[in-house]
Formats: sequence, C-alpha cells, structure tokens
Amino acid sequence: MEIKVLGTGCSKCKALEKLTRDAVAELGIQAEIEKVEDIYKIMSFGVMSTPALVINQKIVVSGRVPSVSEIKDLVTKNQ
Amino acid sequence: MHKKFNRIVRYFTNLLIDMMNKKVIWVPVVLIPVWVFIYHNLQNFTDWFIDRILQLEKGKHITEALRFFVFEFPKVLLLLTLIIFVVGIIRTFFTPERTRKALEGKRTFTGNVMAATLGIITPFCSCSAIPLFLGFIESGVPLGVTFSFLISAPMINEVAIILLYGLFGWKVAAIYIGTGLVIAIFSGWLIGLLKREKWVEPWVYQAHFGNKEVVEEKLNFAKRINLGIEAVKEIVGKVWLFVGLGIVVGAGVHGYVPQEFMASLMGKSVWYSVPLSVLIGIPLYSNAAGIVPIVSVLIEKGVSLGTALAFMMSVIGLSLPEMIILRKVLTMPLIVTFIGIVGTGILIVGYLFNYIF
Repeated sequence: MEIKVLGTGCSKCKALEKLTRDAVAELGIQAEIEKVEDIYKIMSFGVMSTPALVINQKIVVSGRVPSVSEIKDLVTKNQ
Repeated sequence: MHKKFNRIVRYFTNLLIDMMNKKVIWVPVVLIPVWVFIYHNLQNFTDWFIDRILQLEKGKHITEALRFFVFEFPKVLLLLTLIIFVVGIIRTFFTPERTRKALEGKRTFTGNVMAATLGIITPFCSCSAIPLFLGFIESGVPLGVTFSFLISAPMINEVAIILLYGLFGWKVAAIYIGTGLVIAIFSGWLIGLLKREKWVEPWVYQAHFGNKEVVEEKLNFAKRINLGIEAVKEIVGKVWLFVGLGIVVGAGVHGYVPQEFMASLMGKSVWYSVPLSVLIGIPLYSNAAGIVPIVSVLIEKGVSLGTALAFMMSVIGLSLPEMIILRKVLTMPLIVTFIGIVGTGILIVGYLFNYIF
C-alpha cells in the first residue's frame, strides 16, 4: 500500500510523518511512506489545510495530527 | 475521615476515567459545573490562600503582586480551556473547504465581509497559508476577498480575544474584534479595487490543479467533542507558559517601572507613538498568547490604549515570517501594497482610540 504525508515542512507535518511511521511499524505491515513537500503536488490532491494523510490516493485526514491509534485504524480500514 | 475522603476522591476519579473511555460526551457534562464552581470562587480562594495560609501583610507590594498572579493565571487558563474547547467544536463545522465554497464567485464588498468574518472561525495556521491561498484563487475566490480572509484569520483569533477579555474586560475585546474586522474588510476590498492580479506570481493563475473533489471526514458528535479536547490539549499545552510568563512580568512590574517613563515615550500626547509602535511590531513575531500580557503591562505603565492595540495588531497581523511565506505566491510590490494598506488601517485605529479614550 501507498501512504503519503502532505505538508510544506511545518512542525505539525513532521509530527504527522513520524506518527505515521510509528503506526505502520506497530502494525507490522508493508507500506511505502512518502513525504510530499512540493506545493504543486500537494495542491493536486485538492488539500487546503496541511498536514494531510493520503492512503492509496485517498485523503483520510487533513488539517490536523491524529493519534497513532487513529492512524492505525485509518490504515487498516483503507488497506 | 481522611480515608473516607480519599476513597470518595478515588471513586470519582475512576468514574471520570471510565466515562472518558466509554462516552466522551460525558466529559463536558461533568467538567463544566466543576469549571463554573472554580471560576466563581477563585477570588475567595486567592484571598484565603494569600491572607490565611501564607499570612502575608496586606497592601505590601510583594503580597499584591503574588495575589495578582495567583488569581490571574488560573483565571486566564480556565477561560482559555473552556473557550478553546467550545471553539474547537464549532470549528469542526467550518472547514477551509466549506469556507472556500461559501466565498466562490462572491464579488467585492459582500465577499470581503464574509471572508473576514469566516476568517475568525475557520481553522487557520500560518503554515498552511500557501495551500489555502492557492486553493481560494484557483476556485475563483477574488484576490481582494482572499486577502480579507488572510488578514482576519491570524489577527482575530480566539486566544487573542480570551486574553483581552480576561485582562481588560469585554469592551477592549469587542473593540479589538470590531476594528480588526473593519481593517480586514477594507484592506481586502481596496486590494480588490486596485486590480493587482498581475502582481501575483504568474504561475498561480496558470496552474490548474484539478481534482477539487475533497472527501470530507465524516464526524459524529462524539468525534467533534474529541476534536475539541484535542484543540485544548494542543493550544493550552503550547501557550500556558507564555501566558504564565506574561502574567509574572505583569505582576512584577506592578509598581516598579515608573509610569512617567513609558508615558513620555508612548503616551497619548506623543504624536509619533502610533506609527512607531506599528513599525516596531512588524519585525517582531509572536502569537497572541505572548503579546497580550505584554500589552497589558504597556497599558499599565502609561502607554495609551490606541498605541497598545496598534502594537498588538502589528505584531500578530503583519508578521515578517508570514510575508516570507507569502513571497512564494506574491510579488514584492503586492506584499508592499499589502503591508502599506493594512499598516495604514492599524494606524487609523490607533489614532482613533487615542483620540476617543
């Protein structure tokens, strides 16, 4: 599966990336995690508030940093 | 007696934890009466603590400074917690996507009024200023209307309003909201009238990102309450230290720095005090939590209300870091125009309030 963290490099965006990596590690699944910092690419997802979490091309969270357990839920649901 | 008391406390703590785990809805229902009780008895508790427990001499400088701190700090924290919780829930209904939808195709004045008002309530963080700007422009929100939003969103926020209310009362808070809105509306409107779209970086209007279908998160009420609690943790966790430091400084200078000194520098009778405070405010960058306690010290030391408000607006509304972020999408002339128009608005507000009060 493909997970993307969208964010221009603010502290919340870094936090989301770290929590996502933690969540995936805890789940022990194979996933490609990519941090997208390019504003063009971020905009192509139609997201206006960063950070945002995209799982398999679908926006699941935008504008906030969810907890590890919530990310785990989202990852499992959107597998 | 003591054991019984402990058992009761433990029982209620467990009950509370249980409720939090099961149904988050009960958290506010239980905590709001507790909040009201503490808030209403804070002055009595403070006096009891200072006069009875510490047995400090009344009227002495150090006593009154301590009394000020013991009362103000929990009071402001209580206000922050409650309002941020409520605003956190309200904000789940006002996503940037919905705000954009409401502003699409709106022309001139109505659009500016709506944008400035929505700017207060829509969640905004200066780190997402660029995606927001691009998203607004791309879906056809006029440039001036977008600016009204970008001016009001950081300048008028709940933390600023609560702190102003807590330290100065509702009149000053209302004045701040009112004048902030007027500045946001008129500055955006004026930028719209100037038709300076060509001063936006050319790629902004050429870009077509497509994919405007944004899947919105489905939220039930429990989740909204959870988000409110999250907002409290995040914002109060971040600002409590600034608020505390500000109040310590406020309590400390209570009577130390002579009033005449600041008054002669930035008082009402000094004509250049307003432009000077705006100029000093631009390179300074602080959030509302840090600046309001400082402003309260300034006012106590004889700086006039208009000058202090102008300083505060300049620090949070015209910040250098935000200009640097916006430089990615705006050319220099537009940034200078923006600073010029908003700065003039703040000047007018400053002079007006020095004149009235």
